[in-house]
Amino acid sequence: MTIEEVRQIILNILADIAPDEDISSIDDNTKLRDQIDLDSMDFLDIVMELRKRFNIEVPEKDYEHLATMAGCVSYLTPLLKNRPLASS
Amino acid sequence: MNKPPRNWLKGVLSAYDTVVIGSGLAGMTSANLLAKLGHKVLLAEHHYNMGGMATWFKRKGGHVMDISLHGFPCGMIKTLRKYWTQDISHRVIQLKNVRFDNPQFSVNTSFDKIDFTHILRERFGILREVIDEFFLTVRDMNFYDEVVMTTRELFEKYFPGRTDVWRFLMEPITYANGSTLDDPAITYGIVFSNFMDKGVFTYQGGTDHLIKEMKQELLRNGVDIRTHCMVEKIYVDDKTVQGVRINGQDIQCKSVLSNSNLLTTIEQLTGEEHFDPEFIKEVKKVRLNNSSCQVYMGIKTGETVPNVGDLLFSSEADEYCTDQILSKDVTSRTFSFYYPEIRPGTNRYSIVSSTNARYQDWANLSESEYKKDKHHLEQTTLDALEKYVPGIRKKVDHVEASTPKTFKRYTLHPSGTSFGTKFEGLKISRDLPKQINGLFHAGSVGIIMSGWLGAANYGVIVANETDKYLRQLSPSLVTASA
Repeated sequence: MTIEEVRQIILNILADIAPDEDISSIDDNTKLRDQIDLDSMDFLDIVMELRKRFNIEVPEKDYEHLATMAGCVSYLTPLLKNRPLASS
Repeated sequence: MNKPPRNWLKGVLSAYDTVVIGSGLAGMTSANLLAKLGHKVLLAEHHYNMGGMATWFKRKGGHVMDISLHGFPCGMIKTLRKYWTQDISHRVIQLKNVRFDNPQFSVNTSFDKIDFTHILRERFGILREVIDEFFLTVRDMNFYDEVVMTTRELFEKYFPGRTDVWRFLMEPITYANGSTLDDPAITYGIVFSNFMDKGVFTYQGGTDHLIKEMKQELLRNGVDIRTHCMVEKIYVDDKTVQGVRINGQDIQCKSVLSNSNLLTTIEQLTGEEHFDPEFIKEVKKVRLNNSSCQVYMGIKTGETVPNVGDLLFSSEADEYCTDQILSKDVTSRTFSFYYPEIRPGTNRYSIVSSTNARYQDWANLSESEYKKDKHHLEQTTLDALEKYVPGIRKKVDHVEASTPKTFKRYTLHPSGTSFGTKFEGLKISRDLPKQINGLFHAGSVGIIMSGWLGAANYGVIVANETDKYLRQLSPSLVTASA
């Protein structure tokens, strides 16, 4: 999976979690929760989706890596690089 | 000849991924989520109705009485949308008229930060900077903080000596999650902030409608729902959950998610011998929360009640006082008014009065004393309501009371506790899976996870842990559901 594909996956997950938010203009280096209305339950949803879709387990100590889009991409790309783009 | 008893487990499978014990809001939410994540789930409820405390009953004359699902924070809309359905979340409506009436003050509020700020300034004369700082402090309270401050100390810091302000801030939260001035401030701060976000909300359609919708959704997602089914034992071998016994029948499962009371789960269902003695020592320190009394008043067909408030915190006590609030001759009552808007099209009204109560005050009475005290509770409640709804005795045609004994009978919670355990229960609940593989608990613990939003969200948090556990056991699940 490419960096762009990983980014798109995060966007898809965010779109499911926060359907009323405009996610097209997300800035990669600003905290996600400062741009869209996300609470700790929403981050838990991201973790559950990643497990469900890709069998990736994000331990609690690594949640901080998911704070920004850039953080998500750099944390998840190595974990997903050998995966084909799964349909979800 | 007697008919043989019905087999409520007819057609049950011999094994499940998860057995959820109890269909309270946390139990139902976790069962739904786990089923959506692809697991085979059995939801066992001992009662004939689902919902746990989120329940209702019907009486002659077309009365439907809601027990307790009246008032939750706006965050519930999102929780219902994400973990239930759009349709369910769209039925949430705001209760705009929250009212206080006591010897210290009489105030109406929409119960949000803007209105509270205004009232604290204009009515109580608190400086703007103090109010803002108070709101910031409670908003930033985090579950992971090591906060040792009590709510009393928090109030003393920002509003020293102002027992009127304390009451204004505390009474509704005592009603919402059972916490008191002497509990950790975090148990106050999180719930208070949730409400202050946008106000108080309820479900349009009534509790019966909500639970029916949830049941349909559980069935759509493949949850095997079994009412009249009492889980009697959780089988553990080699520190790992093996199965359960329900109505005398053994059923295998890889995990158990108990929405039963925390202490019942450990001491009765599992058995202390399966846990480390050090852990059990901590379990013994867990205090149960208090219970409640309620009086349900059904208004006659054709009669009306003017809008005197959606929630009314009424008291004759001079000050807010934890001991007094629990005492049997309490004068502090919360009235929930159910106007026809709650069940559009029915044109019916009902009123439910709630007071906090101690189990021991009701448990050991003779039958005649118990009856007499219940009658007294009904009559004093009607007397108190007369002030707000003149002629109330002529308007009602059904009045009945419930006590901590009633709560115990229907929920099976020890001492009829209506808010689970105190704060220390949360750590025990979270640590259960470290003691026994595959054993999880979601329910009212530690007050943060109490209240309706807390209960539902705690169900999600624990379902996440259960899902993680199940997927570690069977990694192949991934491809199946991806």
